[in-house]
Amino acid sequence: MSKKSYRQAINEALAQEMRRDPTVIVMGEDNSGGMGAPGEDDAWGGVLGVTKGLMPEFGRERVLDTPITESAFIGAAAGAAATGLRPVAELMFVDFMGVCFDQIYNQAGKFRYMFGGNAVTPLVIRTMYGAGFRAASQHSQCLYPIFTHVPGLKVVIPSSPYEAKGLMIQSIRDDDPVIFFEHKVMYDDEEEVPDEPYTIPFGEANLTREGGDVTVVAIGRMVQFANQVADKLEKDGIGCTVIDPRTTSPLDTDSILESVEETGRLVVVDEASPRCNMATDISALVSQEAFGALKAPIRMVTPPHTPVPFAPELEDLYIPNPDKIEAAVREVVGYGA
Amino acid sequence: MLQLSRDTLLDAYTRMRTIRDFEDRVHTEFATGAIPGFVHLYAGEEASAVGVCLNLNDADYIASTHRGHGHCIAKGCDVGGMMKEIYGRRGGLCGGKGGSMHIADLAKGMMGANGIVGGGPPLVCGAGLAAKRLGTGGVAIAFFGDGASNQGAVHESMNLASIWDLPVIFLCENNQFAVTTSYSTTVAVEHVSDRAPAYNMPGVLVDGQDAIAMYEATVEAVRRARAGEGPTLIEGLTYRFEEHSLGLGRVRRGEYRTEEDIDRWRKRDPIVIHEERLISQGIATREECDAVNAETQEEVERAVEFARNSPFPEESDLFEDMWANPIPQP
Ligand SMILES: Cc1ncc(C[n+]2csc(CCOP(=O)(O)OP(=O)(O)O)c2C)c(N)n1
Ligand SMILES: [Mg+2]
Repeated sequence: MSKKSYRQAINEALAQEMRRDPTVIVMGEDNSGGMGAPGEDDAWGGVLGVTKGLMPEFGRERVLDTPITESAFIGAAAGAAATGLRPVAELMFVDFMGVCFDQIYNQAGKFRYMFGGNAVTPLVIRTMYGAGFRAASQHSQCLYPIFTHVPGLKVVIPSSPYEAKGLMIQSIRDDDPVIFFEHKVMYDDEEEVPDEPYTIPFGEANLTREGGDVTVVAIGRMVQFANQVADKLEKDGIGCTVIDPRTTSPLDTDSILESVEETGRLVVVDEASPRCNMATDISALVSQEAFGALKAPIRMVTPPHTPVPFAPELEDLYIPNPDKIEAAVREVVGYGA
Repeated sequence: MLQLSRDTLLDAYTRMRTIRDFEDRVHTEFATGAIPGFVHLYAGEEASAVGVCLNLNDADYIASTHRGHGHCIAKGCDVGGMMKEIYGRRGGLCGGKGGSMHIADLAKGMMGANGIVGGGPPLVCGAGLAAKRLGTGGVAIAFFGDGASNQGAVHESMNLASIWDLPVIFLCENNQFAVTTSYSTTVAVEHVSDRAPAYNMPGVLVDGQDAIAMYEATVEAVRRARAGEGPTLIEGLTYRFEEHSLGLGRVRRGEYRTEEDIDRWRKRDPIVIHEERLISQGIATREECDAVNAETQEEVERAVEFARNSPFPEESDLFEDMWANPIPQP
């Protein structure tokens, strides 16, 4: 056990799995970097340093710097996965999915089912998402609802360094295509993370806080905000159960429904655009399956339905924050009172 | 060399100086924390944007890249409005919504910087199609990098422009690296321009540090385009003087480009090359060049002041410009 950043946790998971299994390879733009300067290797380690150190240990045969051709190399990773390797491909920003989405949703995501079970596609696509970096409309999106929409893809959204390591190892060992979402403002977050390899199963939510008044389901970075609000409101006598689903596909619907049966109130916090996102999906689930338990209307805390603006003042208004979550919780608790 | 008027030659110098001064100021401003996000500087590549855009007027379009400040200035975007945008202020060319990577001014024929590598070439096919259909006589030019040159969308666009004889120019700024990756390791041919025959168009390799060489190569490509003879692929061989970006990870200088290469290319500064030409050919004196420089520095300084003193966007701006006919927010 030692303190590790989100970045280090993912890096360690990759290194440990590459040591364990020679079929694991990583690829992406500048994943090591330095190609071109003789004798200079591993200059970069990916745009945020997540793959730093892998090339010196595992060599260029297993750590591939690719051209900026997402369609070709994400598709190649899918093809390699179907034919014996366990590739971890980096789609630098999830916003670039537009360049390669066919290879993900029509190819990798459909192989197993469409081929009647005779293909296995142990592919991992690591990708960076989220606002808060002043990176503007094409580098700040939270596109996991789009991937969650596609049958055949597993979608993993770790909310802390501990979660990131265990979920990454699970992703690599999993036999289906996994899209692994890393929030770009969380890379330097630190917490205690075991040194040895461990896995966290998919489809099992994590209850990060337990309380009897409100269920708060939060996705990715929003879990941190929800925890802050739960801690604050506890002092005011409002008990929140905070649920981190960890994976949006598969989704642990049981944990969510059980909790709402107990609390009777639901707030869903999602950084993705508000139409057809995880908040609407989970709200629909609860309205359909736990309507009788609800004591108040469901509240969704999301950004507005606009692209992510560049100016910091606007971006800060855009992103859901603890104040907005607190207001929503107080609203559902006070409903009808 | 084509006969260029003194005015045109001086204009090229002024635009290149403006770009360099702009980038130098953005660099120092960024270091103070005044500029949010990340920024890709164009210093070292000025001859390309300027040499190419000297051929164009407001009816012609360009599509740019993440490294777009130089293209904007060369195409005539307002320097103050650009700086405001980079600061994320109200009154910036995109109202502070876009920032450095998305500066656009359609009225000036500037279709936008672009956050997506390889995003521009398909767009200029559209602009070329519109120009043809509307009979404007305009041409459309996509700037893109050596890294972008491998993208499927770029190849598809070259093919489309060719089969439709579009008035389009594909302008590859080969600064030899994509972030830390040398183009020699990612481009399967020796030069990007070698790919032109596959799309049945002329491919031209130009010294990208020489504004006049870039200008001349573009003259012929523009002539072809306007005459309905179809697209051209031009590759300007150039070098980025600064690191890939400010604000997004850091690579030390010598880690992917050798110190010798950096020094060698810095000596081929496009502005110095052009200035020496002006002086040696008796077109301008050193003093006249210095005077231009003083003016461009002042213009950029005014832009910075202007940006710093501009108001921040307000909450209502968040919902502005969503639709042609506004839809009420829930
Ligand atoms: C589709 C896509 N993939 C990756 C990136 C990340 N990225 C931004 S700039 C860049 C390098 C581009 O290299 P090049 O086209 O040569 O342009 P240069 O930066 O050298 O001007 C990369 C990989 C992106 N913005 N879009
Ligand atoms: Mg380049």
